Amino acid sequence: MTVERIEITETSVPALPRGVKLRFDKQRDQWVLLAPERLFVLDNIALEIVKRCKGEANIDAIAEDLAKNFSAPKDVVLKDVIALLQDLSDKRILTA
Amino acid sequence: MTSQSPATAPDIKPGTAPAFPLAILAELTHRCPLQCPYCSNPVALEAASAELDTQTWLKAIEEAADLGALQIHLSGGEPTSRKDLELLIAKANEVGLYSNLITAGVLVGEDRLNSLSDAGLDHVQLSFQDSEAAGCDRIGGFKGGFEKKLAFADSVNALGIPLTVNMVVHRQNLGNLESMLELAVKLSARRVEIAHVQYYGWAYVNRAALMPTREQLERATEIVEAAREDLKGILVIDYVVPDYYAQRPKSCMGGWGQQFLNISPAGKVLPCHAAESITSLSFDRFPEKSLREIWESSEAFLKYRGTDWMPEPCRGCERREIDWGGCRCQAFAITGSADNVDPACVLSPDHALLQALAEEDSHGQSDDFLYRTRRAGLELEGA
Ligand code: SF4
Ligand code: SF4
Repeated sequence: MTVERIEITETSVPALPRGVKLRFDKQRDQWVLLAPERLFVLDNIALEIVKRCKGEANIDAIAEDLAKNFSAPKDVVLKDVIALLQDLSDKRILTA
Repeated sequence: MTSQSPATAPDIKPGTAPAFPLAILAELTHRCPLQCPYCSNPVALEAASAELDTQTWLKAIEEAADLGALQIHLSGGEPTSRKDLELLIAKANEVGLYSNLITAGVLVGEDRLNSLSDAGLDHVQLSFQDSEAAGCDRIGGFKGGFEKKLAFADSVNALGIPLTVNMVVHRQNLGNLESMLELAVKLSARRVEIAHVQYYGWAYVNRAALMPTREQLERATEIVEAAREDLKGILVIDYVVPDYYAQRPKSCMGGWGQQFLNISPAGKVLPCHAAESITSLSFDRFPEKSLREIWESSEAFLKYRGTDWMPEPCRGCERREIDWGGCRCQAFAITGSADNVDPACVLSPDHALLQALAEEDSHGQSDDFLYRTRRAGLELEGA
């Protein structure tokens, strides 16, 4: 068995794999992440983070970008981003 | 319909008014090459000739999306028995419904899977009846099934479609729980569902051959808890505990008529896939009525939606909006009336009865099954 838990760090490049879809749910006026047998309602912060998981930018760059856009201290943002994405990765709905 | 897990409701905050269903369960057919003795289909199985046609299913999918559903579970019987499955998946994709194929995986070769994938299939849930060939083929009543399932899982992985392995567990296969989890990891499944059989439908008929003992159940829960630690980030384990040895019932389907809408092969619209077992209810049909009309005002949906229907002790109970009084189907099967509190609740006057029944069934003398076939169902109904 070669599978191992993915550890999210500054250099990870996160992406949503096939079968995980970001969608606006107009009936309930909210953003949701659709995943196997699961549905996650995203708050604004989570949405901004997930939107940036495109398999392009790494975590450090994502935190940098968010910190700039929301005038927040980068180290705090970085911690939040890692925590959220580690959680999504542990739920097996994020690749990195 | 392999899944025995009506309790795996999505992770969503419970809303105040159940304005829209979240998911639609499309039971496309009752045809199935397997004969699982715990199948959640009704004992009276529909004939192929009674099935809704392609156009009607396409219309149902559109209406479900309009109504606010976000997911569609394509189930059965064996949904891949339908030749029009590609068209239905493509439609779901077009209207923005997340598509989940619930399959036994024995009918689909690589070519068919490719075409389902091209149509936009989002996820596959594959059932195993046991962790090794002999048990798997015996319990499912289908020779050679296990090998086919392994090949099918490989094809799913090759296409990058997320795979969930579903295992319905009971007295005769619980001893293999650890190897079931190993199998799921070996197959690169991202999720596994371990679901205990419930007291309704075919499982009710076969309960004396299926009920686990209390010790087995405790052991199973320990194994799952340990595996959740060990496999963190590798395999997500959804574990549906049976509630016949519990103190409180589970919330079934996230509340009757609040999150799910199930369409039977012949178009009956049900609040849950087992609801037909409640013979005191009658169900409206699609397309005679629109899904919206049925969701909003059909008698079967209104009857047990929310808390107004509740008897004491639920009415004044602080858990009434947590478990919604438990499972209506189980209440009907055990107490004879779906108006009663789920007997899994320690506050139910029938709780002792349920526990005694489970205890007795768990020491059932015979491991023989009455397999799920149309003929056996007809005979049972006639009896
Ligand atoms: S017989 Fe088995 S595989 Fe077929 S629908 Fe029922 S539970 Fe699913
Ligand atoms: S009394 Fe009713 S609402 Fe309260 S825990 Fe029991 S079943 Fe649930």
